[in-house]
Amino acid sequence: MREALEGSQAIARAVALTKPEVIAAYPITPQTHIVENLSKLVADGKLKAEYVSVESEFSAASVVLGAAAAGARAYTASASQGILLMSEVMYNISGLRVPLVMTIANRAVGGPINIWNDQSDTMAVRDAGWIQLHCISNQEAVDTTIQAFRLAQETGLPVAVNMDGFVLTHTMEVIDMPSQEEVDAFLPPFEFADALDPERPRSMGTLVDPNFFPEVRHSHHAAMGKALARIEEIDKAYKKVVGRASGGLLTVEGDKKAKVGILAMGSVVGTMMAGLEDFKDEVGAARIIKLRSFRPFPAKALRAAVKGLDKLVVIDRAISPGLGGVLGTEVSAVLSTLKNAPKVYNYALGLGGRDIPETMYRDLLTTIEDKKAPRFAVFDADLDKLAPEDR
Amino acid sequence: MAQDSENSKRLTELRMKHGRPPASPSEPRAERAETLREAQPRFRGLESGHRACQGCGEALAARLVTESAGPDVMVANATGCLEVFSTPWPQTAWRVPWIHSLFENAPAVASGMEAAMKAKGKNTKVLAFGGDGGTYDIGFQALSGMLERHHNVLYVTYDNEAYMNTGIQRSSSTPHAATTTTSPAGKERMGKRHLKKDLLSIIAAHHIPYAASASVAYPQDLQRKVRYAMGVEGPTFLVIHSPCPLGWRHDSALTVEVARRAVQCGLFPLVELDRGALTNIMPIREPRPVSDYLELQGRFAHLFNKNDYRAQEELDHLQALADHNIEIYGLRGEGVDPIDSTGMSHVHRGGPLAGRN
Repeated sequence: MREALEGSQAIARAVALTKPEVIAAYPITPQTHIVENLSKLVADGKLKAEYVSVESEFSAASVVLGAAAAGARAYTASASQGILLMSEVMYNISGLRVPLVMTIANRAVGGPINIWNDQSDTMAVRDAGWIQLHCISNQEAVDTTIQAFRLAQETGLPVAVNMDGFVLTHTMEVIDMPSQEEVDAFLPPFEFADALDPERPRSMGTLVDPNFFPEVRHSHHAAMGKALARIEEIDKAYKKVVGRASGGLLTVEGDKKAKVGILAMGSVVGTMMAGLEDFKDEVGAARIIKLRSFRPFPAKALRAAVKGLDKLVVIDRAISPGLGGVLGTEVSAVLSTLKNAPKVYNYALGLGGRDIPETMYRDLLTTIEDKKAPRFAVFDADLDKLAPEDR
Repeated sequence: MAQDSENSKRLTELRMKHGRPPASPSEPRAERAETLREAQPRFRGLESGHRACQGCGEALAARLVTESAGPDVMVANATGCLEVFSTPWPQTAWRVPWIHSLFENAPAVASGMEAAMKAKGKNTKVLAFGGDGGTYDIGFQALSGMLERHHNVLYVTYDNEAYMNTGIQRSSSTPHAATTTTSPAGKERMGKRHLKKDLLSIIAAHHIPYAASASVAYPQDLQRKVRYAMGVEGPTFLVIHSPCPLGWRHDSALTVEVARRAVQCGLFPLVELDRGALTNIMPIREPRPVSDYLELQGRFAHLFNKNDYRAQEELDHLQALADHNIEIYGLRGEGVDPIDSTGMSHVHRGGPLAGRN
């Protein structure tokens, strides 16, 4: 049914459709509306789930870990500082191979404190061993959330669904919400073969010494690699039932024959597509690569997607101080094996919620026409605001 | 009644599965059993063969707890000695479903497990285990949250009064004046400068249905407390004084004796609390001086230096702390001294819950 919904409310409804058994959450802007909506659904009796209001994000992650380990479908959501507080548990969840789903309402990480959108939080847990998917719209976030539950239980890995804080979470959008029948047809009941069970006592999270630890890490890495195919298959399976896919690992939009490309994750992809429409006559049409799966990183698909490009702008919504962009660095590394790799221009945009207007499309493409264009910059930083020694 | 018979059926099934058939009243045990081991009707949650040190109080306590709790449980274990010595991959000493996640989150993991059981309509009781570091210190917040949310979990602290797993560092449970590797004695210091945290009073302030202290020196009392807690629907808490021969520097054959003297001198009172109110204590008829307890342990050796005036001061201080416990909990007992008894099952207890079993 098509309905105008706030992003967070849409996610709460999508989560409810997956019939989670345990939800644990701690409030943090801009995730709060999601969990408020879920707790209301529980209070109204529309969702039969144990809703655990914990005393910290650390415990939120730990509660869903325990719940899934005990065989329950579990969900949590957080953002920013909450993700960093959870980070120790996040490594543990994936290392113990506990399948569950979390929404990250992407927000900057302090200090200085900033509650607005960028993707520093999810980048900080880049190596936590979770599947990390990014959504460009609330419709995609709804569909990806439902897919994530199946992905988690089929891969035995936790899945983080990223949606930009405020830009998506607090924005009204017309959403085509799948029906309960469709979701039931797509998503089987939760099963976790290794769940704790008195009928078959086993130990989980034991002490693993150097004799076995590299093998544990190898198998985790291998499982992430295998998840690449599952992400695509599950997106297709979803399309079969619901009639709409979410973009597999990545999709190529815009002018597919263009020599100049823009690669990005999250809502900024939508901004670039709108910019393309507005400014294609002025600066030309670019190929736009919408990266949906950040972990596992779809190296092969990416190499295919950049074929024929001379220049590629990689937009980062986070920064690794002292290096540059995280996504840009990874894209460069993956493309380095190509004979005719495009020249990568890595620009950090919209840090801490700085508005990214559609004119940014034009500005980016104009900038890289210059042979002296920097290979990395915090593109929209106004250096005049800084003391000379800080520039 | 239907629930009772369902539970007993399930218990029998699980006992058979684990090769521990229930005792039949019609057959004397000795006639059925071929070995002494088989004669034990009890379930062992923590098997022998693990790698705890000789005389480990924590291993003894964990065995007693899981034995009393029975097979229909699942355990969330905080990081610490108990986790390390029991589960060197690919081995495990646990016969109950067991999970270790992190140092500071066992109460939250247990909360999640309990929520899962609730969601699935199952009765399996969730236990959470932690040492004093994981409970008094780093996991304290998660524990408070678990108690406040009223999860049906029995939380057990194996209190050996320091971070033993990392090599005997001071925790907030380390007693005043004890030496550890981070509270050493020296020219400027007489061991730990601060007091042992009164955790039980903080737990009591959560007004949970049941909280108690126990000691490995009194196994029947300990097991009775576990059994009682198992029957409570809601959060319950047990702190078990568990000597660590390595960290306390006492003979590993003296674990039980050391634990017993801690109770007998009043430094580790055994009490029970119902929604925060004191309901039961283990009385002491003739309290021993604290020096009887302290002198067995190397961690207090600096208190017996006759040439150091500070030593007597600290001994007096510790004696005052023990006297304070005896006073506030009313530990001074009458009649037969239960603590001298070798038949611990005949321990007399006072208070309104006396005789509860």
